[in-house]
Amino acid sequence: MFARKKKIIHTFKKILNLAKLSRNKSTKIIDSKWKSVVGLEIHAQIFSESKLFSAAGTKFEAAVNSQVSLFDAAIPGTLPSLNEKCVEAVVLTALVLKCNLNTISLFDRKHYFYADMPAGYQITQQFKPLAVNGQLTFHVIDQDINKVPYSKTSLIKQVQIEQDSGRTIHDDSSQTSLIDLNRAGTGLMELVFEPDLCNGLEASSLVKELLLIFERIKTCSGRMEEGALRVDANVSITNSDHLGTRTEIKNLGSIRAVQLAVDYEIHRQLNILKAGKEVVNETRGWDSLNNKTISMRDKEVLQDYRFMPEPNLLPINLNLFDINKLQSSIPELPDATRINLMSQYKLDIRKTSILMNEPVLLSMFYEIMNSNTLRNPARVWNILTNELMTELNIRFIKPSQCKIPSYFIGEVVDLLDNNTLNISYAKKVIAKLFDESDKSPSQIIEENNWEQICDVEEINKICEAVLVENPKAVKDYRRGKVQALKFLTGQIAKKTDHRINFNVALKKLEELLNN
Amino acid sequence: MIPLLQRRLRDRTISAVELYAKTLTGLEDKSHLNAFVHVNGDGARRAEECHERFQNGIQRPLEGIPIAVKDNFCTKNVPTTCASKMLQNFVPTYDATVVERLKSAGAVIIGKTNLDEFAMGSGTVDSIFGPTKNVWCSKRDEWHIAGGSSGGSCTAVASGVCTVALGSDTGGSIRNPASYCGIVGYKPSYGLLSRHGLIPLVNSMDAPGIISKTVEDVNIVLSVIIGSDSKDSTCVNANLDTREFYDNFSIENCRIGIPEEYHCEHLSNEVKETWNFIADLIDDSNSKVEKVSMPHTSVSIATYSVLNACEVASNMSRYTGFLYGHRSTNDHESFGSLITASRMEGLGEVVRSRILSGNFFLLQSNYEKYFMQALKVRRLISDDFQQIWKSNYDFLVTPTTLTTAPLLSEYKSLDNRTQCATQDYCTQPANMAGKFNV
Repeated sequence: MFARKKKIIHTFKKILNLAKLSRNKSTKIIDSKWKSVVGLEIHAQIFSESKLFSAAGTKFEAAVNSQVSLFDAAIPGTLPSLNEKCVEAVVLTALVLKCNLNTISLFDRKHYFYADMPAGYQITQQFKPLAVNGQLTFHVIDQDINKVPYSKTSLIKQVQIEQDSGRTIHDDSSQTSLIDLNRAGTGLMELVFEPDLCNGLEASSLVKELLLIFERIKTCSGRMEEGALRVDANVSITNSDHLGTRTEIKNLGSIRAVQLAVDYEIHRQLNILKAGKEVVNETRGWDSLNNKTISMRDKEVLQDYRFMPEPNLLPINLNLFDINKLQSSIPELPDATRINLMSQYKLDIRKTSILMNEPVLLSMFYEIMNSNTLRNPARVWNILTNELMTELNIRFIKPSQCKIPSYFIGEVVDLLDNNTLNISYAKKVIAKLFDESDKSPSQIIEENNWEQICDVEEINKICEAVLVENPKAVKDYRRGKVQALKFLTGQIAKKTDHRINFNVALKKLEELLNN
Repeated sequence: MIPLLQRRLRDRTISAVELYAKTLTGLEDKSHLNAFVHVNGDGARRAEECHERFQNGIQRPLEGIPIAVKDNFCTKNVPTTCASKMLQNFVPTYDATVVERLKSAGAVIIGKTNLDEFAMGSGTVDSIFGPTKNVWCSKRDEWHIAGGSSGGSCTAVASGVCTVALGSDTGGSIRNPASYCGIVGYKPSYGLLSRHGLIPLVNSMDAPGIISKTVEDVNIVLSVIIGSDSKDSTCVNANLDTREFYDNFSIENCRIGIPEEYHCEHLSNEVKETWNFIADLIDDSNSKVEKVSMPHTSVSIATYSVLNACEVASNMSRYTGFLYGHRSTNDHESFGSLITASRMEGLGEVVRSRILSGNFFLLQSNYEKYFMQALKVRRLISDDFQQIWKSNYDFLVTPTTLTTAPLLSEYKSLDNRTQCATQDYCTQPANMAGKFNV
């Protein structure tokens, strides 16, 4: 018992520590007696030019209150007109998520007073949503390489169309609240998942896979930093067959927040239950500064949303939409890509995932491999995800903004393969590509004299010279001091500015020393 | 009346400017009736534009015809108050579709007419602008009500200020005052005219309609404002040739039904006799008049009360005084207390009581019991009508109101709910079923 308690405290501390690190590792955070249950509700903004029920635009970066029609501001007498493009986008998403489509679906009003909800109600699909019973399969890959990756399927209860709200901006200095209605009335699809996950890593893996899908089918921009995809997580803990009292963490705006908040909440509840107290059914928010969930306290009174059918809209009748055309417009999905990468290029699931999480790198990978199928995929993967990514990160450039053409990276790979470059100069060449974008890798090598020294005669000379210059080290080595070899190779590297082919040089050096 | 005015305008025996001036004078002379709540400041300029068009010979279908509009239709740059303190300062930036179509056809909007607050009533009594008087048999201190809620529009027409006015009808709000005022009130089928810009009472029953002295005028105006509208998803293209229908329709060989359930307890003798008289009159022509049964009529008013309150509760949620409308000037510590005060101050008692009951009916625990039940009964009422049409009846003849226009004092002795429950008995089933009614 004591050991178990200690373990919990230990893991709890670990979580807190992890929370402080930018790269966190998911841990097995719960002991055998307790089971954590996590279900997600995801609000994804529908990617469309105009809003769900009005002709106003949906530009994110537009000036405050500039994307607002009379309807969006709930001006009396205005009525909603359904944007069919939004319906098509949600149907496409539902098809990809293997949902059953409801031929007829209905809109309802959900009532609550909030300053950024000007009509006093949100138009949503409570009773008869557009689609039901879907599923999403994703891979759960822990950063800890000792944990075996596995795949998991979360069931989807329903997919519904609804309106987004506006935004309230609190100005603490003047103690006022300001309303921006640009977002009000933007189309949202709400994906309601069954509570079939068990921790933060699974939750964040699900969201990652969904983002990859959106990247392909383009029905949501997936820009979480713009609020285009927000996650609510329901978390509960139980030690029986019944679900425990759950809390709902609202509006998680990043993959990292999803993972941390869910794990934090599991541990918070675990501690409460271990102490013999009860979890309160409440809405909580994620405090990303202090890395903890906090009670929102605004829903102390049970909300009754007084749902009512929306009388101003006709039911959505999918017979009026060309579902077959939508079905046939579905592009290759991430899962197919994943299978392809693993079978054709023999990359493992980890490497595949890393590559797929950066769609730009993925397309570069394909370009490089397709232009010369003899290239070594592992080497290409390595250059892209390690050397190129490092340089991008140093410069704070997003992969999507990377201007280096893939054929230059391909050239670097080839130069490595034919021993024109060694790896440390490959890095330098890639760095140089950022600064001198008009030059090819070969040009850069030539201008800077970065070519690898592979000529045996030359290497021979250099090695001999180093031996002559360092008689003490040679003596040490011959007396059996093996470390001296390291010193000598260091000298060789120094002498040649690291340009020498080390494999060849090392062989030569040993040969000379042992003679 | 409109053809007559059109002939005189074409003959140049009166100009559009003169007609407008005469209309304004009439409006001034009849101001004691309290039919109008705002005069359109832009009217004179519009009349001049009409005058020019006549001179250039490029007149439109309603060129220069003065028309009054109920104050729950949005009118660009003209206050639209719904006779409520809540919207006293509300000036829309757009025209309702029906208003826009009237204007494009050359009509001159003279002003906005009185109504019960948010059209909730059948008297045009519950208005921040005070009650509208009936033009008939009214004395200074003892007068009859105009009926409602389109009482302002009906009085404007009945008193001769203008030939045509727009009204709205949710449970009888056009037909009731038209009946009290002795003019024609037309409530079209649901979906025939666009509701865009009509500030809603009950979205699923509201119908914009036309008030005039003659059926011919109704027809002329209808032909201008009819047609589908992308801004109202429930508005359909009926492909109705109004002219052809008007010219060729004959009551002969029609089958007319007299629903016995409309013979209700409070029906006055005078109305009953008139009903019989009309039935006999039609019977004497070649059409057939027969008794029919519409078994769910008596429960319609209760059902209507529930559905009305629910949609009112929902539709009124937007009146927080936040983006527009009345905003309490007191200091408030929270959004909640601010909107509570603004709504308390800005909305009348009738409105507030309907909001309260609507919210009660929509509570999760009551939804099945009241709202769903009311929807089921509504379907039965609608089926009553469908049954009649299936049995090859062409029309029903029913009373509109149970009595002639009561005195204000008689009317005020009842509360709003009882007023509506008795006044709307014969009219609201048509709204529940979405049927047209004259």
